[in-house]
Amino acid sequence: MSALAEAAPAAEAGTGPGPVTMAAALNRALRDAMAEDDRVVVYGEDVGPLGGVFRVTDGLQAEFGEERIWDSPLAESGIVGTAVGMAIYGLRPVVEMQFDAFSYPAFEQIVSHVAKMRNRTKGRLQLPMVIRIPCAGAIGGVEHHSDSSEAYWTATPGLTVVTPSNPADAYSMLREAIASDDPVVFMEPKSRYWAKAELALPVTTAPMDRALVLREGTDVTLLAYGPTVKTALDAADAAAAEDLSIEVIDLRSLSPFDDETVGASVRKTSRAAVIHEAAQFGGYGAEVAARVTERNFHWLAEPVLRIAGYDIPYPSPKLESFHLPTADRVLHALAGWDWDLA
Amino acid sequence: MSLNVELPPTRTLPPEKPLRLLDNAGHAVTGRDTGGFALPDLATLVELYRRMVIARRFDVQVTALTRQGRLATYPSALGQEACEIGAVSALDADDWLFPTYRESVALLTRGIDPAEILVSFRGDWHNGYDQRAHRTAAQATPLATQALHAVGLGHAARLRRDPIAALAFLGDGATSEGDAHEAFNFAAVWQTPTVFLVQNNQYAISVPLSRQTHARTFADKAVGYGMPGYHVDGNDVAAVYAVTRAAVERARAGHGPTFIEGVTYRVESHTNSDDPTRYRQQREVEHWKRRDPIERLEKYLVSEGALGDGLREEITEAAEALAARTREAMSAEAEVSPLELFDHVYATPRRQLAEQRERLAAELAGGLETSGAAR
Repeated sequence: MSALAEAAPAAEAGTGPGPVTMAAALNRALRDAMAEDDRVVVYGEDVGPLGGVFRVTDGLQAEFGEERIWDSPLAESGIVGTAVGMAIYGLRPVVEMQFDAFSYPAFEQIVSHVAKMRNRTKGRLQLPMVIRIPCAGAIGGVEHHSDSSEAYWTATPGLTVVTPSNPADAYSMLREAIASDDPVVFMEPKSRYWAKAELALPVTTAPMDRALVLREGTDVTLLAYGPTVKTALDAADAAAAEDLSIEVIDLRSLSPFDDETVGASVRKTSRAAVIHEAAQFGGYGAEVAARVTERNFHWLAEPVLRIAGYDIPYPSPKLESFHLPTADRVLHALAGWDWDLA
Repeated sequence: MSLNVELPPTRTLPPEKPLRLLDNAGHAVTGRDTGGFALPDLATLVELYRRMVIARRFDVQVTALTRQGRLATYPSALGQEACEIGAVSALDADDWLFPTYRESVALLTRGIDPAEILVSFRGDWHNGYDQRAHRTAAQATPLATQALHAVGLGHAARLRRDPIAALAFLGDGATSEGDAHEAFNFAAVWQTPTVFLVQNNQYAISVPLSRQTHARTFADKAVGYGMPGYHVDGNDVAAVYAVTRAAVERARAGHGPTFIEGVTYRVESHTNSDDPTRYRQQREVEHWKRRDPIERLEKYLVSEGALGDGLREEITEAAEALAARTREAMSAEAEVSPLELFDHVYATPRRQLAEQRERLAAELAGGLETSGAAR
């Protein structure tokens, strides 16, 4: 058993504040959910003895046995498709896609069945299942290990799509996703797996369908999610030194979208930008920009900006730093606005 | 009914000649071609006959109603009654069925009301029956996807120690899909209580079998997955029933999945919008019509003295009554509720949909004000 699992306390007991990584928080969330509800089963590729390639399922098979968590054959459509059948039967499967781009073989099952089953059957066949997808880049991964697939899922009615940016939310949101009667695409930013926070577990944060203001400001609203929340916070820190007050919102839920929290912020600051790693064209930021503009046009001093990856396939490890939005790139984009109008 | 058939080892390729218990002339088959399976008893065969006759009448009626414009589309199962009814009749009430869009007569045999079966083809909603009450999943349109659902459900039942089986229907075209391979493999690796019934009806819309597979039989594929495979005359309901029943019992007893290929023929077009004259010869259709599954069993039952005039009349009456009920159900306009479009998408209420529902409600109540944009 690894250090991570050894550090994890008994499921029933709380842990006092201490440094917790996102991977450990997710591990604990799975463990607590499995201990609490024997309908929760976990499977995917390498989630058993190895504990997942990111060790999110570390120690769980030893604790719960092979009937609760097991390694499946290596086939993502098979993983998701069988989870549909298990959910119909009353289990609550939590499946892992290993890497973002490896979820694409499951695209048909997710889009044609996971998202549509409840509607098709007028609610008789609900699919309480979670599809965990380690997402996005900045880990030096080879091609197909760093995609940002969120727009495929958010463009699909019937799916709930959430992404935590920190260990506390990772725990709380995964517990909520597993408890949900709706299927949830749970996107875990790989570059944040090892970031630590001082935390006592278990923890309950805001409901997963709400955006959260992480840092208050008056001049600009930065809308970020998953891996770019850190980018936004870094940009806000740097801007503060130049007397620019940035409000940072962690969207958390990509579908549904929290119009209320975002609208209130934008109407206060009158300037907004959305940041994501995925390519800009047709990306999730396009929906955010359009939606924020439609609902808050008369409060806006500038068009809603998108600060995103280039419209290119994800680069190789030595080139990804040129592709990903950085705090400097955010500040440069904001500087392009006509601030004299303020 | 227990057949107590010893199943072959999973490494044996099935004989190229399809397993059959009744030949096309309606004679009981003996020897190797039976694969060791016994002909079901007369009472069972009479019941299968009744179900096939009623199903045929239903299928013909629905095709007619579709031509009259009462349904948006209908994929006929004419000629495939032995596969569909033989297999479904082998299920127990607590087993699960995973049908495709072509399984209307299988659904009928499962006890589902005609009007509920046809909800999707009339276009009222995507599916119209109570899937839980009938332990029958919604008809699947994307090919082979439902096979994985059957495997997953069976695995869940196994984890729960519930001794049930799940039967998944697939077509010959669907075996080319990746999901078919994944389903066969997952089922074999997990030893799930799954029965795969591949109806090889010779065509995937217009594409013939020769362009779908280079394998000798589809059942050969089972060997590669490590499960028993049966190559069955799909127009012999006795054989389909006997083999499926054995597979279901095997599944329920915890001995894993079985692959069954039923060799049959799609006599009608793919759906009413298809034109089979563009891709197949009428003489081929006639050839298969001479191998009709209902006539075959009828000949046997008559030769056994098991199909008297009284029984025939009773079955015809039941079939006509069902056809009349189907006509009646399809002649009434279905009530659809536009606002229901928003009601079943999520279990968790979503403001975004509530707003859109309100917009549509206002539109339905008062129409849309469309002038004034330029003022």
